Amino acid sequence: MTIADSARTSERTSHALKVNGISKHYGRHVALDDVSLSIPRGQFVTLLGPSGSGKTSLLMAIAGFVSPSQGQILLDDRDITSVPPDRRNFGMVFQGYALFPNMTVEENVWFPLRVRKVSRADAQERVRASLNMVQLGHLGDRYPSQLSGGQQQRVALARALVFEPDLLLLDEPMSALDRQLRAELQWELRSLHRRLGLTFVNVTHDQEEALSMSDEIVILRSGRIEQAGKPADLYAKPQTTFVAGFLGDSNFIRGRVTASREGGFDLVAGQATIIQSGSAPRDIAGDRALVLALRPEKITVCRTRPNLANSVQGTIVDAKFQGATYHLQVMSPDLGLLSARMSPATDQAKPEVNASVWVGWNPDDAVIVRES
Amino acid sequence: MSDTTLNSSERARYLGLALPAVLLMAAFFVVPLLLVLWLSVSEPQLGLDNYREILTNPLIGRIWLTTLRVCVVTTVISVGLGYVVAYAMTVVGPRQRMAMIFCILATFSFSVLVRAFAFIVLLRTEGLLNELLLTLGVIDRPLRLLRNEIGVVIGMVHYGLPVAILALYSNLRGMNRNLMDAARGLGASGLQAFLLVYAPLTVPGILAASVLVFIYSLGFFIIPALLGGGLVVMIAEYIRVSFEETLRWGYATMLATTLVVVVFVLLAAMSRLVDLKKAFG
Repeated sequence: MTIADSARTSERTSHALKVNGISKHYGRHVALDDVSLSIPRGQFVTLLGPSGSGKTSLLMAIAGFVSPSQGQILLDDRDITSVPPDRRNFGMVFQGYALFPNMTVEENVWFPLRVRKVSRADAQERVRASLNMVQLGHLGDRYPSQLSGGQQQRVALARALVFEPDLLLLDEPMSALDRQLRAELQWELRSLHRRLGLTFVNVTHDQEEALSMSDEIVILRSGRIEQAGKPADLYAKPQTTFVAGFLGDSNFIRGRVTASREGGFDLVAGQATIIQSGSAPRDIAGDRALVLALRPEKITVCRTRPNLANSVQGTIVDAKFQGATYHLQVMSPDLGLLSARMSPATDQAKPEVNASVWVGWNPDDAVIVRES
Repeated sequence: MSDTTLNSSERARYLGLALPAVLLMAAFFVVPLLLVLWLSVSEPQLGLDNYREILTNPLIGRIWLTTLRVCVVTTVISVGLGYVVAYAMTVVGPRQRMAMIFCILATFSFSVLVRAFAFIVLLRTEGLLNELLLTLGVIDRPLRLLRNEIGVVIGMVHYGLPVAILALYSNLRGMNRNLMDAARGLGASGLQAFLLVYAPLTVPGILAASVLVFIYSLGFFIIPALLGGGLVVMIAEYIRVSFEETLRWGYATMLATTLVVVVFVLLAAMSRLVDLKKAFG
């Protein structure tokens, strides 16, 4: 299939989803608070957040299991807010898969077609094709209890896709699997998404999974959207301390703006003056501290003062060898505890505990974030 | 289970621990049962004369037929209604569930005579129910709800229902609610989700509850005697009459033996159909 062909199929089969200001209250508890979201057709979108952030409530509202107290859900501009889940034609992979234990693998996959009045004989080819798609064609006669976790996950996928749904919803699809299987299935899910061109909405609390699989990540916190964007953009330009800390690790440097100039400003933290590019937000003026987020891998650690715009002295308090990198904890009198990563190949500084070192970075390595 | 890990002295010790229970069961359960069996082949004289009556006396067949008919109807109604209540118990909040369990357990504390006479007051020709229906104009002649099988079934369902509810509830509460949601999400209507996913998974519970209620209802004699007005004779009542009134002990113990055999056959059938431990949680 050529790229043009696949683009055409995805246009035909995929749909755009719009969430307009939905809220959900359970008594006094607010699960979703005025959430708006636009998912373009054919995208792989991940709703990411800690438990209680509202990500599952949002997915359940999209699926139709939770009716929002307020707001609308639109599929290609068609209002589906009050359409029951069985009329939405969305495929769904449930947490724990929810395979029907009284049915064989084949019967499970047939189920969505069966309730759409497709006889077993007529469904056979599609069921077979769907199981082959997830490489389980040979296990059709087994019962779910006879399958491994990874196989069950694939059956759940085949079952969710066999009826050509308008949207595929995934509720923590990997949470029950071990690390290696998870990585394998992430690749598969990506390639499945590319082949089908379907719009995928995935829920997870695993930031690595979100970063590696999604076209777009929506980060939720306390029932609100904290920030949304492409994985690389979110990682490089977090807007809040929450996003910077939740998506990967971050060091936070808090200080006061002392001087501003074209394209940059100075920040005083402890005794150190930090040079930062960009412009300080206006509302930061006065007593409030400005916060910079600095990724551990942006920090250079050396014995001698590095030739970088920013450098402070510190002491290594802990060093962890992690295979590809060393993970260091450096205590700086000015900036507090800093987390840094360095590759073992560089011999700038042997990561020995209690060694006195310099840490340095450039003005555009850190980003200005909002305290949240 | 293999006992290779236990040496003989250890085994003796563990068997010793089980001894009091075994002796108790033997003294109060096995011995009387064997006595009943013995009486049935030795009274009035040694031999199988009593058992020959099963074939020659048409009354036994008729009474067994009545017994089975009444018990099957009672079981079907009890389990059918019990399913609805047990299902409701799995979906209501914890406080409502406690209230429901309390009400169900409370019915066990009413004596059988109180229940039977209460039903007579309710169901007789000039009883509360007929009066009400006549006043409302639903019927223009009183219904005959006593001194027939209808009355007996009503009284027995009152006994069978709590048993059915508790047996079913222990099965239904273990159901994974996610499965119903999954079915809905895949396009099944509420009814389809229930019929294709939920109900099939509760079949073991339904079978277990049915056998339990059926066996329980086989032994009833006061309810059939009072609400049936002596016109509906069931096996347990017939055994009582043979013992206490016609004083044919050999005949009575033979009938009792047939009852025990029926119960054991049913239990054996159930244990082949469903995993008993699973069915009763």
